[in-house]
Parts: sequence; structure tokens; C-alpha cells
Amino acid sequence: MGEDVRMALASAGRKKRKKKCRTVKRTKLLRGKRKTVKVRKCRPKRKPPVLAPAKASPPAPAMAPAPAPAAAPPPPTAPPPARLTTITSPIGVYAGPFGPAQAERLLWRAGCGPRAGQVAAVAAMDLEAAVMSLTRPSGEPVMDGPEPTVDGEPLDPYGEWFGDTLYWFDRLVRSRHQLVERLALVFHDWWATSNDVVGSTEFMFEQTNLFRTHGLGSFAAMVRAVTTGRAMLLFLDAITNRKGAINENYGRELMELFTLGADRGAYTESDVRELAKALSGWRADWVPGAGWTDFRWEQADRWDPTVKTVFGQSGRFTWEDACRLVVQHPQHASFFVGKLWSYFIPTPPSADVAARLEAAYVASGHQIRPIVEAILCSPEFYEGPRMTKPPAVIAAGMARARSLPIDGQGWVWFPGAAGQRLYYPPDVSGWDDKRWLDTNTVRARWELINEVMRGQSITSATWDGYPEESAAQAVANARAFWLDPALTDATVASLHEFSAGGVPANPSPRLRAQRQNALRQLVAASPDYQTC
Amino acid sequence: MAACHCKDYSRAALLRQGLAQAGAGLRPIEAGMPVPAGTGLSRRSFLARSGGLALAVIGGGALSPAAWEEGIASASAAGPAPVLISIFMPGGVDSLSLLAPLGDPSYAGLRPTIGLGESGDPNDVFTEDTRLHWHPDLAPIRDLHRSGMVSVIPAIGYADPNQSHFTSRHFWEVGELDPHGRVGWLGRYLDRHGTADNPLQGLSLDHDLAPGLAAASVPVAAVASPESFRLWTRDVWDPTLDTMLNQRFGALGAIPTADGELAAARNAARQTIALQDQLAPLSSRSPAWAPPGSYPAGSFPRRLAVLAEMLGTGLPLRCVALDANGGYDTHADQNGTLPGDLSLFARAIAAFQADLTARGLADRVLIQVWSEFGRRPQENGGGSDHGAGGMSLLIGTRAKGTMVGEFPGLGTLDAGGNLRHTVDFRHVYKHVVQDWLGVDATGIVPDAATFSAPLTLVKS
Repeated sequence: MGEDVRMALASAGRKKRKKKCRTVKRTKLLRGKRKTVKVRKCRPKRKPPVLAPAKASPPAPAMAPAPAPAAAPPPPTAPPPARLTTITSPIGVYAGPFGPAQAERLLWRAGCGPRAGQVAAVAAMDLEAAVMSLTRPSGEPVMDGPEPTVDGEPLDPYGEWFGDTLYWFDRLVRSRHQLVERLALVFHDWWATSNDVVGSTEFMFEQTNLFRTHGLGSFAAMVRAVTTGRAMLLFLDAITNRKGAINENYGRELMELFTLGADRGAYTESDVRELAKALSGWRADWVPGAGWTDFRWEQADRWDPTVKTVFGQSGRFTWEDACRLVVQHPQHASFFVGKLWSYFIPTPPSADVAARLEAAYVASGHQIRPIVEAILCSPEFYEGPRMTKPPAVIAAGMARARSLPIDGQGWVWFPGAAGQRLYYPPDVSGWDDKRWLDTNTVRARWELINEVMRGQSITSATWDGYPEESAAQAVANARAFWLDPALTDATVASLHEFSAGGVPANPSPRLRAQRQNALRQLVAASPDYQTC
Repeated sequence: MAACHCKDYSRAALLRQGLAQAGAGLRPIEAGMPVPAGTGLSRRSFLARSGGLALAVIGGGALSPAAWEEGIASASAAGPAPVLISIFMPGGVDSLSLLAPLGDPSYAGLRPTIGLGESGDPNDVFTEDTRLHWHPDLAPIRDLHRSGMVSVIPAIGYADPNQSHFTSRHFWEVGELDPHGRVGWLGRYLDRHGTADNPLQGLSLDHDLAPGLAAASVPVAAVASPESFRLWTRDVWDPTLDTMLNQRFGALGAIPTADGELAAARNAARQTIALQDQLAPLSSRSPAWAPPGSYPAGSFPRRLAVLAEMLGTGLPLRCVALDANGGYDTHADQNGTLPGDLSLFARAIAAFQADLTARGLADRVLIQVWSEFGRRPQENGGGSDHGAGGMSLLIGTRAKGTMVGEFPGLGTLDAGGNLRHTVDFRHVYKHVVQDWLGVDATGIVPDAATFSAPLTLVKS
């Protein structure tokens, strides 16, 4: 139960203060789970953070939280048709009203949900300005709110248990560069790499930073950067892939999962073996106490110099050729567009829309931003069906909605139980973004809400003084508590039924207080709130 | 209450009485009031369906053992149904290490560093094909085999094998060679022969739903810790309000919608509440519950132990899926990781089998062990890459206990240098459905008709 989890958390928290070393399982994984190699990992000396430190909030931010929203935002009045002046989109542009509902969807899908007042602030912009406020960040991101802590001490991302997860989760919550962080999450899923195997927070942070750097830049550059990044070199055995002992692990997944896709006729088993040869030659040294060091490509000693034939082309290919060949493959653009689209819109694009995006992507030299902007401006984005919020996103969104600080490992465990622990994807294909919700993860999301409500619920100490609150007011207040998220009429009606029928006719103050707690739980747990 | 050893009829009265007490502040049921009102409806329908179990819903740990026994008997009286337990070894386990072909003249050359040698224990020789030798860490399964409880399928696969983890596993999950299938083969069985209101009929003992159990129409469940499955809410102490809150959550899940992902979210909410009702008997015992002593430590053995408990409790399980411990994608350091994984796996299976026997359940349960493919015979230096033909096991007192198909040898490999398969996995599925689950495989295994050769998996 929740109690058990909390006790486990508490004891984990205690343990880590005492122990400098721990035994970790290194996993080589597939849909599943641990290999039993146990590795003794010791807390490294504190290193300076790889990432630039957050800046303090300036008084007048670009996306300043507006004053607290009124209970019901005014309906938009005949907005002008959307026009794009700066963004170039090869596909249709959404022309309907741009109001709170559209702003809320944009903030959840291209970020981690609104902060108080932010829906109104974004809804006051036009479509293009709203999209560009996300896709064209500049400078170092401002971090809103207090720095993360664990047990009251500043978070040490390298020394804390799951400090890696907490550090990034905190950025999802606090960074004003919301799309940069959300795209880093997209590409973390895309190039799913687990610290269970890599065993180095430093290397994982390096990879996330390159997602931040390239996420709105060139995908071709991203392919080279990930391929030669220390995290991936370790994760898929590239450093053991050498002439005479070719290891196909990275070469296969580079095509199947990262650039071309399986079962599309894009490559053959022979291409797998040949591309693996081209990718050979990397190595690193294991230094006891320091871990893997000195990653390098040893052309003379380890690279397979034979002529390889990949996709019908032959040459003495190297890893650089491999990175070029997969991106230039005629079926790469369709893989890229389809996959990127799927992170923002739950139904696939029409053949025409896909073809236009593919052509634009190739013509741009494999740039990511133009495709993201076209998707975020498209009618499909605003008019199409709802989309499930991933566990880390909904958790960050609740923290943002309630302006909560990241203050302990609950923020690791509860989103993790709901199916997503940052830096620990289930396997190299990432999370299954079409299957976030089942009986187990629904229960975990329920527990997550309980964790969010720690310190936020109305406790028994104040029940007796709980004010008058009609059944209808109780529903309105519970919705406002979560920033008035878009709920369907049927759900709202059901909440009203519960509010009226869940307590006796003239409920006591303590029952009214508990009803408010129950309604807050129901709003946040509702299937409507799981989607946007 | 503890003195009540009564029939279902009076239990219903008791249930209502208990609710009335719990709901002291509850106003009378009126027209237009939300459905669950007195807490009752979903609980009562559950009562009608499975008799004695519902008593534990309200009785909790205070029930006498006699009442508990009665509950078990009542559930069993519905007729014992066969249970299939699907255990997936993730990553593509190296079948040439599970049963190493030491007697094959090509083996030593293909496996210079990761190959196994003679263990020195004559019992490790596989009795049905002496070229093969059990991995020493599989001794507990070896012994089950010697007791006639393990059918080994030493070279299972399919034509034109796919060497992607995800695609090949997907084929096994959907029971056909269709990369776009969205319903699992066990899900198709449940769609035809399951019920509309029993999520436990297809149970994933894992953090997410096993794709093989994904059904088109009937509910199925994923639950990693069945013994502690309950939704509680912070600072909602009033038991009636708490119950109504849970039921309202289920009601939110029952609102129809044409929006695809919203419908999925609602369906999941509805099934979660249904499952909570079903698991209530187990939850009530959880504080004191611990696995019997014979299980090794670890999450996989614990899940098997909880599974035995659930079966012993009489919960209506039909198809259960879980992942084995460990990871079997041994591209590197195979000799470092495989022995420990296999050892824990084998000890857990043996403990589970012994537990089932002790509970008198062994004849109702068949375990199917599988992996997405085998590994390439030619090693890569310290590990092995993705291959084709692999191994599957059927374990249980009702397993036939004799080899299915044959080991084709390493002298002739397929075009990719991989082990040829001698049995198609769909052929095995067909007979698991027909001979174990006892129904026609047509439509459940789409290509069933093309596999017409006789295959004996279970004792008649």
C-alpha cells in the first residue's frame, strides 16, 4: 500500500545518508528486467554539475504567471483567423479559435502542463506567438521556484539515490524552456538508454544535454552525437564491437529503433551485419574506482577495414559513414516524421500531410524545429482526439499546477510505479506510449496523487472549522484546485452527482472537508485529466 | 459476525447490514441518487458471481478458518478450470546453453569461449537426446524433467525468422506473423471463452500488461503486487465516503466516449475498480502473509508465491503472464550473467511447482516458458548475437513430459547461420488451446489449420 511505499522511501532515504557504497544491478534488458550482475557502486566525489546552474527568477519573465485565474475564463470572442508570418509550415494551419482549451493542450503536449495563470497568458497570444514561445527559446532557461532538495538538503544529482531522475524531473517542473525539456524526454524515449546499464549519471547527463542541444536542431547531428556519446557507446555494446568480434547490438537498433524502423523493408539481415562492421572500432578503458574512461575510436587496431555493402552501397565504411547512410536512406524521412508526429498527436498523419512533412524535413537538411512547428500549428493538433499524458509529464504537471518544490524521492518512485522513471526506460525501444494505462498504472497514478496531496489535503486538524460549501461549490473548488482542467460534461455531471450524494443532506464540517479531499482526488484521477 | 458459516443468501443480508453500520451518516436511498448509494451494487453482483469470496470483502481477517475454507470450496464448486501460466524469458535466451549440445561435433568450434563443458554430473545428460546436456544451474528443472513433468521443445521458431527483439516477441504475443496485430493470442482466447466482468481471467503479474493478454473486448488486469492492491485516499477517513469515492471512480470509467485514448483511460479506471473488488480477499490477509519457506528471495519467486496463494484462494484466474527474472540478451559477458539468472529461475520454478503440489492444485496448472528467439550458434567473443530457433518448455504434472520435435543439430544451420526450428510456435499454441484449455483453436491461433501434424503436449 501507499504506507508501505512511503516506509520504503523513508528507509531508502535514511540508508543513503549512511552508506557510501551500494550494490546495483546492471541490467541488459528487454521488456523486462534485470540481469543479475551486481556491481558495487560507490558514491563518487562530488563533481561540478555538467549543466549550467539555474538562474534565479527575474522579476518580469517572458511568460510571467498571470494573476490567479478566475473560476471560468471568458469565452473567446470571434478571434481572427490564424496566420503565420514567421513560421513556415508545409501543411495545414489551425484556423479555429485559440483560447484556453487550445492553450492548455499546447502546454501539456509541448511541455509539462500549465502553471497557475499560464493558460490565460498563452490564450491571450495568437497561435503563432504561442507556438514560438515554446519553439524558439533563447539563452539559459530560467528556473522558477526553489531548488530541489532531499531530506532538506540540496539535491546531489551524482550522489543521491536516483539523483539523476530527480535532477531531470526538477527541470521538467521548473524550466521555462518547456519544449526543450519535453523534446529531451521525447528523444530519451526515442534513443532509450538506461542508466541501469550505463551506470554513470555523468554519461547520462551528457546524453540528455545533447538532446537539449539538438532537439530543435539537426537530427543528422543528433545521430552522430548519440552514436559517439559515452552513454550509448556503453549501452549497446559498441565498445566491444571490434574487427574479428563484430557485435551487432548497436547497428541493429540504430536502424530498427532509431532511424529506419522494423518491418518496412528498409534493411536486410545482411545490412545489419555489414553496418555493425562499419560501426566497429570504439573502445574505452575500465579503471577500477573511476569506471569507464578514455572513449576513443581505434581505427588501426579495432575498426574492421573490409569493404562493406550497406543498402546496396559498398565501401570501406566507418561509423561516420554509418551515421550518414541511415539518415540518407530513402525511408528515413518517413520513419522520422511518423515517429515525431506520434509524440504530439495520437492519430497518424494523412498520407498527404506525411509526404509534405517528409519533403520539408529532407529539404531542410534534416532539421527538427520546422517539423515540430508545423505539427504544433496543425489543425490535427487542436481538433483531433485527446492524448494520454505520460507519467512523468502528468507528475510534473501536478507539481507545476500546485507550485510544489521537488523535495524527495517520492518524485522518483510514484511516477516510476506509474510506468516512467527518467533514465530507466524499460528497454531500448523506450516506453510503450500507447499503453500507459492499465489496472496497475492506474493504481500507481492514484498513489501519485496521494503523494502530491501530502501537505495539500485538508487534514483532520482543521476539519471541524471547514466552512460551508455546497455540493456545486465543492466541485468548482476542486476543479480550481487543479487549475480548471478541461473535463468533459459527462465527467462534470458525474462529479456533481458524487458531491451531492456522497454525504448526507446536511453534512458536518468534517464530512464537507473530506468530500473536498475526495473531489480533488477524483478530478486529478479522472480519465479526463489523464488525457489532454 | 465471526460465527457466521452461512449460505450466500444470508451473507447478502449480512453484507447489507455491515454497510448500514459503516454508513451511519448515509442518507436514505432516493430516486436519482448515484448508483452505488449504500455501497452495494458492484459488491453484490460480485457476491452473486463468486460466492464465498465476497464474505472476505466485508469480513476481512476476522473470519474463522472454517468460513475461509467454505469460501474456497464455494469458489471451487464453480468448477476447476485449467490455468495457463506464460513465463517470458526476456531478451532471447540462449537455448544452446539451456541444453548445450556437447555431443554435437560443431559445438566446441562455434562456442570457443562461452561454450559449456562436461559438468561431471551424469544426471545432467538429457535423457531424451544424449547429445544435449542441461546447464548445471538448471538442475531443479532437470530433476522435474526426470520426474516426467517437463516437455522440452528444443528447436522452436517459425519460417523466415525475424531477429528483432520486438518484432519476434510480437509474433509470439499475437500468435501469428502479423506485425500489426493488436490482440494477443491469449486475449483472443479470453474474448471467446472468458467473461465480461472478470479482470482476473487474464492477469499480468507485472508492472504493465503482457501483450499476449491484450483482449479486444473482455477485461484483463496487470498487477505487480496483488497482495497489496487497494486504492486509498489521503484524508478521506469516512468509510462510506471512501467506498463511494472508489465506486465513483469506477463510474467515471464507465462513461462512454468515441475518443480513443480517453476511452482507454476510462476503461482502465473501470477495470481497476473491478479488480480491487476481486482482490479484496487477498488484501485482507497481506499484513500477515509471507511466501512459504521454499521460495528463493527475489521479485520473480515472490510473484510466483503470490500466484500460488491466489490460486489457492480460489480467485478465478485463467491465463497468467509474467516475466522471468534476469535479462537474456547476452551480447556480452554471457558467462558472467547467465548462470545466476538461470539458477534463480530454476529454483523459483521448482519451489512454485512444489507449492502447487502441496496445495493440491498441481493438476490444474500448466506453465509455458518461452523467449522471442534463440541465439546465434557462432559466438561473438564473449557473448552471442540474436539467432532464430530457440527453446520452450511446458512444465506441470499434466505436461506430457516428453520432447516435442527434435534437436536438429549444428551441422546444418539456416541461411543466417542460425539454428533451424523443428516445431512452429503456433503449432504448440494450437495444442495448448485445444488440449489444455479445451477449446477449438480456430480463430484463436489464426493459422491453426495449417499445423495438422499430431503433437502431444499434455497427458490425456
